[in-house]
Amino acid sequence: MFEFCTDPDQLETFRWFSCYLTTGKHMNLYWSVLTVLTLLAITAPTALLFGFGGAAAARSRIAPLRWIGQTYIAVVRGIPDIAFFLFFVIALDQGIEYLRHQALCPDWDQPIRQGNDFIVCQAAKMPLGSAPQWVHETYGFAIAVVTFAIVFGAFAANVLYGAMRAVPRAQIETAEAYGMTPRQTFRRVLVPQMWVYALPGLGNLWMVLMKATPLLFLLGVEDLVYWARELGGSKTPRFTDYPHGDWRMWYFLALLVFYLVFTRISEIVIERATARVTLGQATTGGEAMRKAA
Amino acid sequence: MSCIKTIQDYALRSIGIGERLLPREDFTLCEQFTLIGSGMIWNIYFGLTALVLGFFFAIALAMGKASPRALLRKPSEWFIFVFRGSPLFIQFFFAYFLFLSLKTDYPFFDPFTSAWMGAVVVLFCNTSAYSAEIFYGALQSIPKGDVEAADAYGLSGWARFRRVIWPTMMRLAWPSYTNEAIFLFHATTLVYISSFPAWQQRGDALYYASYFADKTFNPFIPYPILAGYFVLLTLCVIGLFGMVNRRLNRHLPQEARRRIRLRPNIIR
Repeated sequence: MFEFCTDPDQLETFRWFSCYLTTGKHMNLYWSVLTVLTLLAITAPTALLFGFGGAAAARSRIAPLRWIGQTYIAVVRGIPDIAFFLFFVIALDQGIEYLRHQALCPDWDQPIRQGNDFIVCQAAKMPLGSAPQWVHETYGFAIAVVTFAIVFGAFAANVLYGAMRAVPRAQIETAEAYGMTPRQTFRRVLVPQMWVYALPGLGNLWMVLMKATPLLFLLGVEDLVYWARELGGSKTPRFTDYPHGDWRMWYFLALLVFYLVFTRISEIVIERATARVTLGQATTGGEAMRKAA
Repeated sequence: MSCIKTIQDYALRSIGIGERLLPREDFTLCEQFTLIGSGMIWNIYFGLTALVLGFFFAIALAMGKASPRALLRKPSEWFIFVFRGSPLFIQFFFAYFLFLSLKTDYPFFDPFTSAWMGAVVVLFCNTSAYSAEIFYGALQSIPKGDVEAADAYGLSGWARFRRVIWPTMMRLAWPSYTNEAIFLFHATTLVYISSFPAWQQRGDALYYASYFADKTFNPFIPYPILAGYFVLLTLCVIGLFGMVNRRLNRHLPQEARRRIRLRPNIIR
């Protein structure tokens, strides 16, 4: 990175570290921080969307839609977390390959499950065996996003479902008395008022989602945990210009601090958002704000 | 090989009793059920130890956080923030490598690098922090009248805590604490997939489940078995905690009792 880095053996501590922390592999570590942030930035809105859909479906007047929504909420809640992650990724992967296999290779006569193996034709592989490396990585990332979105969508659905039911009955009745259709009631009265009840739950969920990001490691994405283990392990002078002992402890300490800082920032943002949605609501919090103003 | 023979060989495999070699091919359903069930011994051990020890520490932390003295309050707040604010997964990694480097200087830390001790320490701290937050919340919502009544009867200090504050706090916190217990048991599955090595392939339920899934490329059998075991464990926890809940609420009329409701709270 810097020009004085050509001969690291000669450097004093500060310069040595400034060189060490900017090696190519460390850049990969910083990129993976970005991966985590991207994952959060994509997953959180998607999960919220899934949750909104699930909650709206669960209180729909059409029975089959309601059953789908309620089953979605119930199934994901009942299963241990990590098992679900490990299971879902393989299941999703194999499901896609199976569908592509059915569509692309109709004249394949062997069974797909041969004993313990899952075999599909070459053309149905996802991604294709000939695809470049970045496609594989993006595919893995996309699967991770979908898994996170489905799991957290169910939790968000649960929170939003509860919040929609917490909106005072009188508010809905007033809207009906004004002659609003069910759709208008939903859009103009229910949804704007439910956020104040949903926000504590959603805030919790955000914290949980944030803390679930290291699980990307389990899904095979080269994330923070992977690089921390990789870079922290002891290095001998034979393979690197920057030999050091086992520093994995320090790398994980840095990760710990990273997450703590992130948590603190989130807490502050959620506090502000709560104040924002409480304004003008018919709750004790809203009343207190009205009196203070 | 009959199923009874399999159970004899593998039922205690996770603690090193019975057949040494794991099955390598032609996995039967019986083998999968037995080995994954055998792994549950570890999950129960981790969960139970952390829960029982953490319970007392959590009460101390909650009292500390509610204390007006900054000397007591600040450390409790920080402890709770550190363990609730960071992923358990990272905590496991950090603790393992911390113990590993401490071990080279102090042989005292030798057992801490193996799961039975090290993982329990991490889970203990983690569950203490989460439970402390629950107990703190309950402490804050003790009805004012109860404490005033205690004052009026001339109770103070330790007697007031033991007879009024503590029982009420337990009663209010118990439904949430049940959830905490359930999800602590779920969290025990992280031990072996994070950092702690499974010595001689003695692992927990998820360790064996992923062993089978890796060997057979078929996740649709071992993971549902694992899920089944956890549902059973969860039902046991709910049953036991429900009994305690009834005892805590026995003086209240039926409809005023707080029910235990399962709430989502997954990865920590």
